[in-house]
Amino acid sequence: MFIGAIGCEPLQLARVHLENSRSLDVYRQHGGYEALKKVLNGMSADDVINEVKKSALRGRGGAGFPTGMKWSFVPKDSPKPKYVVCNADESEPGTFKDRYLLERDPHLLIEGMLIAAYALASKTCYIYTRGEYRYLIDIMDQALAEARAAGLVGANILGTNFSCEIYTHTGAGAYICGEETALLSSLEGMRGHPRMKPPFPAVSGLYASPTVVNNVETLTAVPDIIKMGGEAYQKLGTEKSGGTKLWSVSGHVNRPGVYELPMGYDDMEKFIMEDCQGMLDGKKLKAVIPGGSSVYIMRADQIIGKDVRMDYEGLVAAGSSVGSGGFIVMDETVDVFESTKNLTEFYKHESCGWCTPCREGTDWLVKVFKRVADGAGRLEDVQLMLDLCDNIEGKSFCPLGDAASWPIQSAIKRFPEDFKKRLVNGES
Amino acid sequence: MSANLVKIGPLSQPVDIGDEIAQFSPEIEAEIDQHLAKYPVPRSAILPLMFIVQRERGYLDPPGVAYLAKRLALRFTDIWEVATFYSMIYTEPVGKYHIQVCRTLSCKIRGAGKITEHCSQKLGIKPGETTADGRFSLSEVECLGSCGTAPMFQINFDYHEDLTPAKVDQILASLP
Repeated sequence: MFIGAIGCEPLQLARVHLENSRSLDVYRQHGGYEALKKVLNGMSADDVINEVKKSALRGRGGAGFPTGMKWSFVPKDSPKPKYVVCNADESEPGTFKDRYLLERDPHLLIEGMLIAAYALASKTCYIYTRGEYRYLIDIMDQALAEARAAGLVGANILGTNFSCEIYTHTGAGAYICGEETALLSSLEGMRGHPRMKPPFPAVSGLYASPTVVNNVETLTAVPDIIKMGGEAYQKLGTEKSGGTKLWSVSGHVNRPGVYELPMGYDDMEKFIMEDCQGMLDGKKLKAVIPGGSSVYIMRADQIIGKDVRMDYEGLVAAGSSVGSGGFIVMDETVDVFESTKNLTEFYKHESCGWCTPCREGTDWLVKVFKRVADGAGRLEDVQLMLDLCDNIEGKSFCPLGDAASWPIQSAIKRFPEDFKKRLVNGES
Repeated sequence: MSANLVKIGPLSQPVDIGDEIAQFSPEIEAEIDQHLAKYPVPRSAILPLMFIVQRERGYLDPPGVAYLAKRLALRFTDIWEVATFYSMIYTEPVGKYHIQVCRTLSCKIRGAGKITEHCSQKLGIKPGETTADGRFSLSEVECLGSCGTAPMFQINFDYHEDLTPAKVDQILASLP
C-alpha cells in the first residue's frame, strides 16, 4: 500500500516514512512542537483562530465545515470548562487515513490538539478512538506519556502558564459515534445517540460545556498552518478549500493507499489512471465513490475526459462530494445493485435506533434489497426504494439517515440498468 | 464494528443479574482507578471499564455488570443499556479467538466473501457461531478501516491485512 504525497510537498505525511516516526525525538528533529512554541511565545488565542480562518481549512471528517469558524463559536465569556475532543472514530466505509496519522505521527495530533486547546482556553482534551483501533490507543498513550515527561502536556507547558491535559478514550463498535453529538453522548458513558442541535457543541457539548469536536486530519493540519501562516496554507489549495487533503484509496486500483493531494488537484482521471497506477488487471473503470460510502456514486463517464477537480467545489460540480475522502474505485465486474445492497446493510446495522425514519427505513430498505436479490423483485420495487429514501432523507434526527439514502438514490439514478435487469429477468 | 451475531440473546431474554459481584486484583483495581481519574464524571469510564471486565472474565457477565453498577454508582439497567448498544461489548461468551472478517464494500469487492468462506470451512462453523471447544468464534463485521489492504480480518484486537486463503491458514496455525 502506498502512503505519500502527489502534486505537492507532503505536509501531514511529511514524517510517516521516517524510522521511529512516532517518537518524540524524531518528531522534534523534524520541526515538531515548533508551532506550539510559536503560539505560546506571543500569539493570542484570537491570533490562532484568525490564522486557521485564513487557512480556509475545512473539517476533514466529512461535513467540510470551516474549522476557524467552528472554533469562533465557542463563547469566550463562559465560566464553564471548555473541551477539545478529537474525533478518531474513523468508521466511514472506505476511509482509513486517520489510522496512519495516529500510527505514524501521534505527536502531530498532540501538537494540533494543544494549539486548539490554547486557542479555545481548554484545559482538558479527549481523543475518542474507535474501539477496534486498540493498538492506536496504545500508541497514543505512549506518545502522551513521552510528551508529559517532556513538559509538553500537563501543567505549565514549556514553562508558560498554559496547562492542558490530553486523555485517550475508547469507543466500542458504533459507526454513529463518529457523528459529533453521538460521540459526546458516548463519551459521557451513554448509548451513542445523537443530540438535538441547537444547542451546538460549541455552546453546550461535553458535560453541557462548550466543546469543539474535530477530526484527526483537521487537528493534524493545524501545526503546519501556524508554522507557515494561514495564507500560505490556503494557497496550497484553492480559495475556498485550503491546504492539502488525504484520500484513502481502495478497491480495484493497482496501488491503493493514502494519498496527500493539494486541494483542487487536477484531475480525477489522471489520479486513478496514473497516480494510483491504473485499474487492477487492466479492467475497465465502472464507478467511483469518491468521499466515503455516504456520498453520491459516480459513473466512469462522469470522470473520464471530464477534468474533475479534486476539492469541495470541483466534486460538487461533478455530481458528488469530498466527504471523508474515502475513494472507492470499482471496475466493470462490480454490480452496483450488489454494492449498494452491501452499503445499505451497513447503514441498517449502524442505525442507532433513536429515530423512527432511520431505524425503520433502513430495515425496510434491506428487506426490499433482499427480496430483489432473491429474484422476487417486483417492477415497482425500485420506486419503493426511492420512496423509502425520500421518507428518510432530511427527515431523520441526524445525518446517518441522509447517508443511508444518498448511495441508493444516486445508484438508481446513475446505474438504472443494474437495478432493472434484476426486475425484468428476475435474475438473482 | 462487530456485527450483532455474537449477542442475539440478551435483547429478548431476561437476564438474572443475581447476587454475585465480580472481584478484581489490586492491580486491576488500580488500572480501573486510572481510567476513572480521566473524567469529571465516573460514568464516562463505562466503556473502558467494560473492556477491562471483558478481558478479565471473557465477557460482560452478570457479576461483571453488578461490579460496574457498584463501582460507578449506577443501576444495573444503566450498565445494561450501554452494554447492549455497542457491538464490541459481549454479553455472551465468545471464543478465545474472535475472528471478525470485514464484510463492507471495499473488502467485499476484493474478496472478503472468500475469506469468510475459507474460515467457515476450516473451522466448521458459520458466521455467528463458536467452535465446540470454545477456541474460535467467527463473525462478519462492518468496515474496520483497512480498505487499502483488503481483504482483512481482526482477531481479537489484532489486524491481519491483505489476506489470502493461504495466509489465513498460516495465521490460524500460528495462534497459541
